[in-house]
Amino acid sequence: MNLPVLKAKDFESDQDVRWCPGCGDYSILAQMKKVLPEIGATQEGTVFISGIGCSSRFPYYMNTYGMHSIHGRAPAFATGLKSTRPDLSVWVITGDGDALSIGGNHFMHMLRRNIDLNVVLFNNSIYGLTKGQYSPTSKVGSVTKSTPRGSIDYPLNPISIAIAAEATFVARSIDTNIKHLVATLKRAAEHKGTSFVEVYQNCNVFNDGTWDYAKNKDTKADCTVELEHGKPLIFSGGTKGIRLNGFQPEVVKLDGNVAQDDLLFHDEKAASPQLAFLLSRMRHPEFPEPIGVFRDVQRDTYDDMINAQVADAKAEKKDGDLASLFAGGETWTVE
Amino acid sequence: MISVSDQFPPTNKPSESVTGVTVRLAGDSGDGMQLLGTQLTNTSALSGNDVATFPDFPAEIRAPIGTRAGVSGFQVRFSSEDIFTPGDGLDALICMNPAALVTNLQDLKKTGILIVNTDNFDKKGFKLAKLDTNPLEDGTVEGYRTIEVPMSTLTRGAVEKTGLSSKLADRCKNFFAMGLVFWLYGRDVEPTLRFIEAKFSKKPEIAEANRLALKSGWAYGETTEAFASTYQVAAAKLPPGKYRNVMGNQALAWGLIAAAKLSDKELFLGSYPITPASDILHELSKHKNFGVRTFQAEDEIAAVCSTIGAAFGGSMAITTSSGPGIALKGEGMGLGMILELPMLIIDVQRGGPSTGLPTKTEQSDLLMAMHGRNGESPLPIIAARSPADCFQTAIEAWQVATRYMTPVMILSDGYIANGAEPWKIPDVSDLPEIKIEHPGPNENGEPFHPYTRNENLARPWAIPGTKGLMHRVGGLEKKDGSGEVSYDPDNHQHMVETRAKKVQMAADFIGPAEVFGKDSGTLVISWGGTYGACHTAVEQCISQGVDVGHVHLRWINPFPKNLGEVIAKYDRVLVPELNNGQLRLLLKNEFVIDAIGLNKIKGKPFHVSELMEKIHEVSAAATV
Repeated sequence: MNLPVLKAKDFESDQDVRWCPGCGDYSILAQMKKVLPEIGATQEGTVFISGIGCSSRFPYYMNTYGMHSIHGRAPAFATGLKSTRPDLSVWVITGDGDALSIGGNHFMHMLRRNIDLNVVLFNNSIYGLTKGQYSPTSKVGSVTKSTPRGSIDYPLNPISIAIAAEATFVARSIDTNIKHLVATLKRAAEHKGTSFVEVYQNCNVFNDGTWDYAKNKDTKADCTVELEHGKPLIFSGGTKGIRLNGFQPEVVKLDGNVAQDDLLFHDEKAASPQLAFLLSRMRHPEFPEPIGVFRDVQRDTYDDMINAQVADAKAEKKDGDLASLFAGGETWTVE
Repeated sequence: MISVSDQFPPTNKPSESVTGVTVRLAGDSGDGMQLLGTQLTNTSALSGNDVATFPDFPAEIRAPIGTRAGVSGFQVRFSSEDIFTPGDGLDALICMNPAALVTNLQDLKKTGILIVNTDNFDKKGFKLAKLDTNPLEDGTVEGYRTIEVPMSTLTRGAVEKTGLSSKLADRCKNFFAMGLVFWLYGRDVEPTLRFIEAKFSKKPEIAEANRLALKSGWAYGETTEAFASTYQVAAAKLPPGKYRNVMGNQALAWGLIAAAKLSDKELFLGSYPITPASDILHELSKHKNFGVRTFQAEDEIAAVCSTIGAAFGGSMAITTSSGPGIALKGEGMGLGMILELPMLIIDVQRGGPSTGLPTKTEQSDLLMAMHGRNGESPLPIIAARSPADCFQTAIEAWQVATRYMTPVMILSDGYIANGAEPWKIPDVSDLPEIKIEHPGPNENGEPFHPYTRNENLARPWAIPGTKGLMHRVGGLEKKDGSGEVSYDPDNHQHMVETRAKKVQMAADFIGPAEVFGKDSGTLVISWGGTYGACHTAVEQCISQGVDVGHVHLRWINPFPKNLGEVIAKYDRVLVPELNNGQLRLLLKNEFVIDAIGLNKIKGKPFHVSELMEKIHEVSAAATV
């Protein structure tokens, strides 16, 4: 067995971390540093690309290559890099405003292209760096700096958007659920194609407690359901389950009247995205919110295909030769 | 087998030798005028003429048939002399319908030949062209040598034996017109026959119909009494060498491929389709065997951002667009500049503002190229001067980008992009080698400092995957040397000045401004696609005794080092531009001179005559 040579510490840059004390970002940073050695990543072969926002400071804190780019566009930078350098492991770090508001277009197109990137979206449902305006995942009625009477925008559901954009790997985790977050980041790294992970992240300054139902000891068992491939959806300490009633999920008590076989079984490998989408629509407080991997399927990646086309062209036509390019077609000679 | 000369016999009519001819083919955008023009250009170039072209087409793919909005034109000038423009006045105008006639007649010389397809000169045709009367009868064409040809009818007759439907048969009429024009100017039909063979290899009946139409047009010229003679244009005395025809966008794409090869780089293009730049994307996407990767992005912003990503990874990265797209790329270009990564940003300018005149030419993006980014973010700017020159422009731009580690803007325009001219094929061994060095692995464990600088103020291009050189870059201001995020006031001033100085230092590389003509009197300063017209106008004014010199700027940022000295020799400076005075503004600012403008903003290139008139006017005014 090959033991990892690098340690979490080796992925720490010499920069002081400047997030607010108590921010959920610290945990995600710590888990990332833990995950990288475990998956055999190298410092020089790893690149973090971010947009703009609190989460997007992430690359500065990693002793890898990194780019703190412009607002919403990290997927586009990553696409250019990965298409030309498939040898690199490229991570995109983004937030709810960065990915779903200003960068909504790139987010969608990155996913449909299935370029081999790992995308971590820190969802805190608020604009933190600009000091507290509502974001595209804020609930209707959110009272923020820019919405003193409550926001009137209906929020987006990041998982639903990702599935609708043909994402091949879609998962959700929680900043303080360390074990789960580590496992989920590892799965994302292992997946070939775009891996999308939404992380519930607490902004203790501008939107404190927004994910408490999914994080607190007393409520999390009842408010979340862990997805496991091939297993029934059971939560609340084994006392409740999810069953399909037609096309609708429903919560049922496991009190002996419901057989386990009647419950909804998770299938992250399903070719059709319908189940994953249905699960993404289960929201608090009507339903426990699923955490874990919603979808994990295989499809050719953009970076493989763009490079295959180049390799094929080189094999068919031989390596490009300038003199024959120029002389191709009709020419004439002046004596 | 019947030989080509049997089918297309040389004329028995008298033939007049002329130095050059300017022909415009005008018809509906579905009439195949661009194809006709391209064929006429190619065969003329192959016969050794110097050629220059000016395609002019509407923005709509299929504007309503027969309307003025749907008129598509292609102007070709072929000459036995070295020429720099597609010509001012027309020697011949071929019109496929009334709308084409009324929108183009003003450019026909009084001595010119007008050939019309009379089949479209009916009530319906007049109505579509918004005409109350028949322009062939109401005095509109009076004074011109008008030759009326029922081209559609004759074409149908010619291709009848192929059994094509009349709709398909009608589509051959551009080949009939081609046959007639080729006969009139004694052009070689063989290249066109080869073209037909290749183009319609899977549709032999269409190929045959087009051949018959071409032949019929040729025979018509010989038979009709309307033409008393034909014209001959001898080969031009171009410098010896092997030539081919190139269009601007094609030459630019090839220049990029060459630059990649010369610098031992693989090429990445991030682009979003836009007129008139898309042909660069199309051309590059054909050459994947050169290691070319093209990415059609979801929008202009993704296009420039993917380009920066590829540049970070060590590729020769390029983005191409036109004005509206460049406006969207502004923030990305600013990031590319502060990251100090080499890349090329290509703006094939078109008429603006906003969507403007997508298929027409203009030079109105210069100030955007100079200043169109937030903060202090100067970039070197180079402008191509002709279709063939686009090749060299691309190579030079990449030399500067890699030497000084900066994005470089290349300005082209619709006129250059779609225009064609003969290109003397360079000997590949004469092209410059472009040396690029990436720092190697660092094993000493010390943090890498990505913003240390060499004698050109360029920082090292350290690429991901290199051991020990891990570093983070970004849009926040950074400390010179270490590259750490820095809000230090003195450092910011230092960095802004350093980045500006770096661009100015490129003047060491680009060389001095070269003066053509006289070194006193009036100085014409031009840039970009107006080169041909300005050069020709200055040359002709000098032959008329005017004291005038010409500087054509290739690099607009930085200016050549000697430009101030050159300007000082003259009494006045005239700056002709296809905009409202953008270079003039920059010159006034840099040299505090009261330059005179000649500003044409009509979506059309300069005529040599209007430039000459202005040169005479400003030169004469001064002597009074």
